[in-house]
Amino acid sequence: MTMTQKRRIPRLLQFALIVLGVYFSFILVFDVLLGQLVPKSLLTMYMVFVVSGVVMVFTFTEESTQELVGPIKALVEDPSKKMLRNVVFAIVPLLAGYYTYSSMVPSFEAPVELRTIHPAPPAKFKAFGKSFDLTALENPFRKYEKEDPAKFKELVKAGGDVYIKNCQYCHGDKLDGRGPYASGLNPTPLNFQDVGTIAQLQESFLFWRIATGGPGLPAEAAPWISSMPVWQNFLTEDEIWEVILFLYNYTGRQPRSWAHE
Amino acid sequence: MTEADYPTIKGVNSRIAVWLVAQLHLWFGAFVVAVPMFVFIIEAIGMATRDERYDNMAYEFIKVSITAYSLTALLGGLLSFSLVLFYPDLFKYLSMIFKDSMFAYALLFFAESAALYIYYYGWHWLQGGNKKWVHLTFGLLLNAVGCLLMFLANSWTTFMMSPAAVDAAGVFNGNTWAAIHNFLWNPLNIHRVVANVAYGGSVVGAYAAFKFLSAKNKEERAHYDWMGFNANFIAISALLPLPFAGYYLTAELYAYSQQMGITLMGGVFAWLFIIQAVLIGALFLSANYYLWCGMGRSEGAYRYNPRIKYIAIVIVVAFLVWFTPHTLVLTNAELKSLGGPYHQYLGVLGIMPAKNTAVNFLLAFTFLSFMYYRRANKIATVSWATTGNAIQIALFAAGLLNIVILGVYHGYFTNTVYKVAASIPQVLTTLVIIVASTVIDAFMYKGAKEVAPMRWGRMPDRSQYALFLLAVSFTWLMGLMGYVRSGIRQHWHVSGIFRDSSPDAFTPGLGYAANIVSIGTILFMAMVIFVFWLSTISGRHAVVKGYWKEQA
Repeated sequence: MTMTQKRRIPRLLQFALIVLGVYFSFILVFDVLLGQLVPKSLLTMYMVFVVSGVVMVFTFTEESTQELVGPIKALVEDPSKKMLRNVVFAIVPLLAGYYTYSSMVPSFEAPVELRTIHPAPPAKFKAFGKSFDLTALENPFRKYEKEDPAKFKELVKAGGDVYIKNCQYCHGDKLDGRGPYASGLNPTPLNFQDVGTIAQLQESFLFWRIATGGPGLPAEAAPWISSMPVWQNFLTEDEIWEVILFLYNYTGRQPRSWAHE
Repeated sequence: MTEADYPTIKGVNSRIAVWLVAQLHLWFGAFVVAVPMFVFIIEAIGMATRDERYDNMAYEFIKVSITAYSLTALLGGLLSFSLVLFYPDLFKYLSMIFKDSMFAYALLFFAESAALYIYYYGWHWLQGGNKKWVHLTFGLLLNAVGCLLMFLANSWTTFMMSPAAVDAAGVFNGNTWAAIHNFLWNPLNIHRVVANVAYGGSVVGAYAAFKFLSAKNKEERAHYDWMGFNANFIAISALLPLPFAGYYLTAELYAYSQQMGITLMGGVFAWLFIIQAVLIGALFLSANYYLWCGMGRSEGAYRYNPRIKYIAIVIVVAFLVWFTPHTLVLTNAELKSLGGPYHQYLGVLGIMPAKNTAVNFLLAFTFLSFMYYRRANKIATVSWATTGNAIQIALFAAGLLNIVILGVYHGYFTNTVYKVAASIPQVLTTLVIIVASTVIDAFMYKGAKEVAPMRWGRMPDRSQYALFLLAVSFTWLMGLMGYVRSGIRQHWHVSGIFRDSSPDAFTPGLGYAANIVSIGTILFMAMVIFVFWLSTISGRHAVVKGYWKEQA
């Protein structure tokens, strides 16, 4: 085909350039320009699929496949490439060995943890000396948002006071999980500004988490690591509902619900 | 109940035994319920076009499912025995509530078998004129009974997740229909019907690939290439609506119980959804790759080759969005650097609105691959061809823009009700793109000029491995997600009503569960290959001279 004659860069080199180009683009954009690195686990998966995509594009026609694998075949079969072959055959096992060694060597790095950020709530739980049914539990103050906006505003303000006195030390004065104590905690305190935290949850879930804290986490998927205090020992039931109003109000999020507005 | 209420057999782990048998039964069941659905459609197409190739293909498909049918029944029997043996109290409780439907289920198998055997063995007898119509009616009957059977079994499964017609202590109020028609029954029915067709298509696709790779001559290669193409077409057609059926099921699950929903998507099982995302990506990638390779069947397709890379870029990018988890797997150093488990920029891709947008892009561009494939060997001759193309481009552009706007606006700037609801207009947009483009194409390419013939059989072997990958990915996916669906009951046999007190009541680790499912997948694929092999030996006749006594 004329297409192959026009092409300057050999297929295999093109392949390598595209893959490396995408890889370093990720590093450049996220790690350097945006200042939020791409985690290694994620980048590895991204690259697996980028490589698959490139392989697919380069091998869906017969000519292109031959062009791609031609140099590799030649390296293995062509007698004139004996020297190069020996070099490659020495380097590849060494690289594999180096990779195996570096991934197996003991280090001081703690193993990665697959912590679940939204623990599954129980159907019922006990707090303030009574039993709550999580499936039916609703914020008693939510109705004032429409019925009595002035009162609602007051409740949100009261919730704000509760937050500043109790919660901001860890969750931050901007509710972004970066309070003064945050850096000492692992896992770090929840960032309520994130689109995937309180915006995904019903208010009853927040009530349960706040009232029962770390010790109230479910028996499943134990052991949990959460330094969230048991707030029912320090706050009243109303104060917890008020602070929940504040969390949603300040972040501009809506609690998860099944009713249309 | 205590651990003593669960009988044990030395050397057998009850949970693993029931788990594997139930899963294998379900895989085969899904296959044999699905095959008659598209066999019925293919037979009808054959009748409408009077093209005998369709009839032969339909027959060959049903032939493959016959052996699988008896394996399904055997595994079903084994499953009932396993349940009675290892979980007698649960089985007793369930059969107390579902006794009528269980009895009907057993009887319906006679109807199913009769319809299947008449349909299969009567294929060459009931040919031509009214006889063919009678035959097709048996196909319809077979499908009706098959679906009914599945719906009944689904009701027992969903009852265990969302029990109905019982009080908090589990006492049955006698309303059988209410117990069957429990909250999750229909969402699961819809999901399973659609998924079964996609799955059945992928398994017969693997069969065609198996036969293609072992073909002895050109004619066989051409035949099985064509068969593989059709099977892949069926699988993809059913794959298109599948994400929405799944999303509907999950949304209903959240609506039924926040606890289950969070356990599923945000809690312990969330990581299996990352594997699910990877496997679904593998499905789309292999389906597209197969279509692109298929363009090599005709020289006319070369003009479209340069465009494939752009489709690939969109598909890979959409897939990366689809795959990005919300909570990241981080080393301590990374956690410190990011300041939390969420990524400031990639975090937004971690929740459903981004996934829904991405999957609609995946679907639209997979369809585009298919459109190029369809046009491969033709040139439209109608006078309005340029206008028609322009309309199609406008349709794609407007539709994709609409999908992005719906996803971004409703996904991130409104509350959850609208966020979940926005997925529906997104799907509808994709469906409009697909349906309208197909209609325009049908008219535009009526009487189109053929630039080069389609050479069936001219397919590289590697494309056939894409068909295998499709079937394996589907199988694995069903196993993993089936485990998740069942696992979210956690330590309950029947959610909130009947506690699991067996030693295996704990939720196993993800790696352990994935290993069991992988073992199941290997067992199933081995059995499927056995079924494929059986179909090859049935056609062989060995003539051995001097073995039989000469008859006078």
